[in-house]
Amino acid sequence: MASIVALEQVEVDYPGRGRALGPFSFSVAPGEIVALVGPSGSGKSTALRLLAGLEDPTRGDLERNLGRGETSVVFQAPTLAPWLSAQANVALPLELSGIPKAEALAQAGAALDRVGLSSAWAARPAQLSGGMAMRVSLARALATGPKLLLLDEPFAALDEITRRTLADDVLALWSQSRPAIVFVTHSVEEAAYMAARVVVLTKGPGRVAGEIAIPGDLPRPRAFRATPGFRQAAEDISACLAQGAEAVS
Amino acid sequence: MRQVLNTLAPLILLGFLLAIWEVTCRTLNVPAYFLPPPSEVALAVAQDAPSLIAAAWNTLSVALLALLLASLCAQAVAIVIALSPLLERAVRPLASVLQVTPVVAIAPLVLIWAGIDHPERAVIALAVLVAFFPIFSGAVTGLHAADPDLERLFDLYQASRIQRVLRLQLPSAVPFLLEGHKVGAGLAIIGAVVAEFAAGSGGIRGLAWRILDAGNKLQTARMLAALVVLGVMGVVLHAVLNRIEQFGLRWWRGR
Repeated sequence: MASIVALEQVEVDYPGRGRALGPFSFSVAPGEIVALVGPSGSGKSTALRLLAGLEDPTRGDLERNLGRGETSVVFQAPTLAPWLSAQANVALPLELSGIPKAEALAQAGAALDRVGLSSAWAARPAQLSGGMAMRVSLARALATGPKLLLLDEPFAALDEITRRTLADDVLALWSQSRPAIVFVTHSVEEAAYMAARVVVLTKGPGRVAGEIAIPGDLPRPRAFRATPGFRQAAEDISACLAQGAEAVS
Repeated sequence: MRQVLNTLAPLILLGFLLAIWEVTCRTLNVPAYFLPPPSEVALAVAQDAPSLIAAAWNTLSVALLALLLASLCAQAVAIVIALSPLLERAVRPLASVLQVTPVVAIAPLVLIWAGIDHPERAVIALAVLVAFFPIFSGAVTGLHAADPDLERLFDLYQASRIQRVLRLQLPSAVPFLLEGHKVGAGLAIIGAVVAEFAAGSGGIRGLAWRILDAGNKLQTARMLAALVVLGVMGVVLHAVLNRIEQFGLRWWRGR
């Protein structure tokens, strides 16, 4: 299947900081869910910015077969504008894409309904819990109907129960419109539960240390966490992470 | 109890200092032209109340008009330079020169430019110059203070320059603008008073003119009465702007 975004032997150097990523090759097929796992400083977020088109590689090829508004990003923090209501925050990317305000607000309301925030349209970000704010951020990312959804450690600041609930929510939302999802995480379990494919990066500058295919169709039932397949996948990812760290040090 | 004490503490200190002042003047027989006791100053405030209020309004209205004009100019210039980094680099040094130039030094020049027959224009212009910089500086800082991830979001959706300024940078600048206006309002009053001094006795009959007039006649109690009104006006304006800032920040933060 043709990829919607592909990185071929890319390298990213930052002035004064040296190489942050690469050489790194990676591609995403339409509708697949891929997790990027690696130690801190391995260049996971840099890779995500390349995929989003927010940054260009220093060397190598980046091919993006995506148009304006077809890529969405959810950052580690909800990143909501504090002066806007939840609905207006979700409507913002739609309005920036040229959709009239009234229509954008209606679509934003529907997106908030989909993430279970029907009663919080008018709430400001400061009035929302961490989990609710992240749901608004998800609704904003999905409102434009993206073909590629990039999640940069979106649940890192949340408690374990909220993390698990939001992971299920993301999978449920994915099953509605099936965008390709690439998410960065430090959590081996989260990667094994949510992704069909896990790409493990070495210690920085990140290269591919290994790739693990996770068995079972998506979205997975909650009981998947208790299966031998899940445990084996988590162990494989952990082993690959350890190998990746050793290979460099 | 602690809150009551916090409120009363400055009043108690003020009362104590006034008492020392009163007793010292009376026991040492200090001449009234040199330092009248506070009771005489209070009497002067009461006797001159109507004219003091009119003078205070003259100064305040000039300061408020100057604040409005400074606000419009500062925000307009800040937005224009936010659209062009090159323009920002060009404007910054000029704005700094404006900031460090004492208003007294340029007052005679502004008086000439405004026309000798229109000192009120010069006073407003000088007050605008003084109030301009804190608002401009706050606006420029605020326009660059947007959340970097929100900036990336605007990059991602390929927002136009105008969309970025109006939908992201200006709203992000609100706390800085509120602070800039609070500082600018205080400076507008200082600017208006200094400009009145520079303009001398012509035209504007504000509090500075009252101070000059009383000083020329060695009526020290009346001079101090005008200073008291000026101080009260400053405190009240500061309190009002503090409330506006708190209200604005509560609206901006959503709580």
